[in-house]
Amino acid sequence: MKQLLLKNGRVIDPANGIDGQADVLLEKGKVQKVGARISPGGADVIDCKGLLVCPGFIDMHVHLREPGQEWKETIETGTRCAAHSGFTAVACMPNTTPVNDSRSVTELIVNAARERGMVRVHPIGAVSKGQKGEELAEMSDMVDAGAVAFSDDGHPVRSSLLMRKALEYSQIFGVPVIDHCEDRELVDGGVMNEGDVSTRLGLKGWPSVAEDILVQRDILLAEYTGGHVHIAHMSTGKAAEFVRRAKKQKVKVTCEVTPHHFALTDEAVGEFDTDAKMNPPLRSEADRKALIKAIADGTIDAIATDHAPHHPDEKCVEFACAPFGIIGLETAIPLSIDLLVHAGVISWDRLVELFTVNPARILGIEAGTLTPGVAADVTVIDPDREFVVDKSTTESKSVNTPFHGWKLRGCSVLTIVGGRIVHNRDE
Amino acid sequence: MSLSSGHLLGIANLDAEEIVRILDTAETFAEISTREIKKVPTLRGRTVVNFFVEPSTRTRSSFELAEKRLSADSLNFSASSSSFSKGESLLDTARTLEAMAPDFIVMRHSQPGAPHFLARHGQASIINAGDGPHEHPTQALLDAYTIRQHKGKIDGLRVAIVGDVRHSRVALSNIHLLTKLGATVVACSPPTMLPRGLETLGCEVTHRPDEALEGADVVMGLRVQLERMTSGFFPSLREYARLYGINRERLRRAKSDAIVMHPGPMNRGVEIAGDVADGERSVILEQVTNGVAVRMAVLYLLAGERDKAA
Ligand SMILES: [Zn+2]
Repeated sequence: MKQLLLKNGRVIDPANGIDGQADVLLEKGKVQKVGARISPGGADVIDCKGLLVCPGFIDMHVHLREPGQEWKETIETGTRCAAHSGFTAVACMPNTTPVNDSRSVTELIVNAARERGMVRVHPIGAVSKGQKGEELAEMSDMVDAGAVAFSDDGHPVRSSLLMRKALEYSQIFGVPVIDHCEDRELVDGGVMNEGDVSTRLGLKGWPSVAEDILVQRDILLAEYTGGHVHIAHMSTGKAAEFVRRAKKQKVKVTCEVTPHHFALTDEAVGEFDTDAKMNPPLRSEADRKALIKAIADGTIDAIATDHAPHHPDEKCVEFACAPFGIIGLETAIPLSIDLLVHAGVISWDRLVELFTVNPARILGIEAGTLTPGVAADVTVIDPDREFVVDKSTTESKSVNTPFHGWKLRGCSVLTIVGGRIVHNRDE
Repeated sequence: MSLSSGHLLGIANLDAEEIVRILDTAETFAEISTREIKKVPTLRGRTVVNFFVEPSTRTRSSFELAEKRLSADSLNFSASSSSFSKGESLLDTARTLEAMAPDFIVMRHSQPGAPHFLARHGQASIINAGDGPHEHPTQALLDAYTIRQHKGKIDGLRVAIVGDVRHSRVALSNIHLLTKLGATVVACSPPTMLPRGLETLGCEVTHRPDEALEGADVVMGLRVQLERMTSGFFPSLREYARLYGINRERLRRAKSDAIVMHPGPMNRGVEIAGDVADGERSVILEQVTNGVAVRMAVLYLLAGERDKAA
């Protein structure tokens, strides 16, 4: 493989405290050197003037749907979509068919990703066998096969006893338990945020308190057991406050937020738009503002998409009958740049941290930095380039996005995995 | 989206002027129902499909009668609830209906937004005849018509709506309509049956029926369903009747000339006492009569909008 020299860009590498003009040399799949005026030698030179050169972005929460739901997405299409979106790695949730609750399924995903994946794929194993919430799955086997965390995502871990055991047992491997926080009894079949919009639409409400209760339970259990809990797709202001307080008390809790939860509110449901139906649901404006504040003050560790492809036929039904979830890879970086950085909420450095070193640390993977010697995964961003969301050009197999037609400023232009360019927006 | 959209999906989409126009038009149609030959050729040659996915004898009969009196060709298309994607999808059903080229589809469905879905996927004018706990616009229109008949106006009246507000499309459509026309609406339910944020619709909200009925010009009871008890919204019908039933004693708090309404079908002795339902203040049967005129008006006005668009 040829050397690649990214010249004259603004290098942002939060893990190493770098934010400034520099060149980055990639060689043999690794970061060789970061510094001023590196001489090209025999390298292919890419002029990155006016661009941001960052460690490869990581999306720590996607649903690739393979094995078993290939009509929605596959490892091939999902990772191609990730590459086109500026991500060099994704972590995929285990609610496949069969569930990724064993070494064999984890291996199947790892092998499929090696053969057909455009970006790195880190499987997340199920907490419980079959995601049934009854007995722990064989975590050790899955870790050996490449699992980086455990989650019953799609479902919460309902039993506090099982959650306790998961937080204890996972400490053997030093991996987090990622919880989808939803008290199913309280949600009681709710299909959108409970509030004035659900009341106006006659739709069954999914109350924010059902999320808050499980977040607080998980924090208490993490504190009690010393385990690491990671809160998936946090959507309420109250949950953010719980995490903020717990972090002050040194509880091992981390959390992520999705772009749709900081970009939209339940008003986006409009007149029963199933592309605005996801779990957890879009919340109130007060929640949205509280999440943005939590992103700004450091409470939120990562931005993750919860990329959840569903076939158009599945979404083209009555609102209550539609599956939860939207695709999120392509819109994640543009939404975050536009609504967080350009809007003055956070710095570039903080944005890069949310997408790189933080998710890498949570998952315990050696990535998310430009430290010489690490894999040459790089995301290059044009801070001002216009990005228009268009369903008809998406790389995902599915088109379920509420952002169709949005014009955003800032997007990735180059995605490099292991020193190889996997996407160039100008080609 | 108002009447000019060619659909009647909900009262939320209408403005006060349109509501009054429907009520005024209904008055002219009410006269037809008093003639010896109760039929006019207004909708001759037009096809109406009554698409009822949820059983409803009274609403469907009322629509059928309205269609017949307007000389429309109507046909009933019933389907058992295909909810949660078992059996044929709503989209396929919509396409099947569309292939019959109807001018109107009157739709009753258990899912909120199902009529909106049909409106997006076809050319027919959709009339929402009740979509789950969302809206039931013709019911609210006939209620308003009945109130106007008795009180001569709606503006400035105090209307108490008592019962299962949370699961009631009748309540929601009435709250929209009556507040748009200037009435003060008080919604009253056990707290377990009060939807969150209801006050943002511009009504008052209370769980005390005595407070709701105080000084009311109109008292509207809502049907309570037995299954609400088994799902824990209240402990027993007996207790519900005692706390929230509209009875003579409670009615004393309302104005002396207050009228009593109920969308039917009633649970006598539960949400409304038998003697109140049959009493001199009850206008419950007039509501049924007025339903036909109001539905004729809606069909007539929407036909006009279709002609304009054509
Ligand atoms: Zn989830």
